[in-house]
Amino acid sequence: MIAHAIVFYIFSLIAIVSAIMVTVSKNTVNSVFFLILDFISISCLFIMIGAEFLGMIMLIVYVGAVAVLFLFVVMMLNVAQQKNEWFNSSGRSSHIPVGLLVSIIIFFELIIVIGGWKYKPDLLDSIAIEINNDLTNTQSLGSVIYTDYIHLFQLSGMVLLVAMIGAIVLTFRQRSGVKRQSYFKQISRDRKDGIELVDVENNKGVKIDA
Amino acid sequence: MLSIGLGHYLTLAAIIFTIGIVGIFLNRKNIIVILMSIELILLAVNINLVSFSIFINDLSGQVFTLFILTVAAAEAAIGLAIIVVYYRNSGTIRVEEIDRLKG
Repeated sequence: MIAHAIVFYIFSLIAIVSAIMVTVSKNTVNSVFFLILDFISISCLFIMIGAEFLGMIMLIVYVGAVAVLFLFVVMMLNVAQQKNEWFNSSGRSSHIPVGLLVSIIIFFELIIVIGGWKYKPDLLDSIAIEINNDLTNTQSLGSVIYTDYIHLFQLSGMVLLVAMIGAIVLTFRQRSGVKRQSYFKQISRDRKDGIELVDVENNKGVKIDA
Repeated sequence: MLSIGLGHYLTLAAIIFTIGIVGIFLNRKNIIVILMSIELILLAVNINLVSFSIFINDLSGQVFTLFILTVAAAEAAIGLAIIVVYYRNSGTIRVEEIDRLKG
């Protein structure tokens, strides 16, 4: 129990500090690194609490794909040196106290909700899918998402497909002056276009590029 | 203090959520950091869902978290693509200078 508490506090401290560093870091590349650290510590918390599959998926999807995508875009746009200075933004900085005030109000509202909150009495009757402790986490998730939630699962696949097509369409750029292979032209050539038979007169020769 | 319950996880999620909101409100220079703050907010929501799912002993919270993960990945990809296109067209992604819709 004590070990659980110590590990929880360590990981959540790392997560909170790195979340703060994501927002205040001067350099955008450092922000991405702290975002990766945040995801890793939260996925350690997930694994510790018993949601192993989601912890691992979090590592693979976020650290392996999304954070690397962020890093790639930051490097490609060359904005790493564009300083992320939010306290001395030029002149009209009236948004800072208002933003801080609203954030603090949101935080205290969340704390109030968490503090004075109870389970509803008939909660145990309304559990949708009870966790079976004989199966592993991955097994029980798999037995649910491929049966009960199959339509939602396929819909999320469609969401990913649409996102992929959208990203490609948005960033695709047809450059002029690049020579490309045209399969259709190559295949649809026939003998008439390719070969010309001429009668060559004596001592005249043929002009090739006529 | 030493027995970690649901409240601890919810508090952690609330703190990370608020940090994400602070990042959106106060960031004036770089729109990529705003996208990262949105990722932090989604992460806080995921923490809430997973910890409720574990402590109530109901698996559906983890299923929802899986769907939120896919939507978050799609959102990050589309958002970054839009940022790349905007940078290509206007040469900047500073939040203060993105004011074409201002009229």
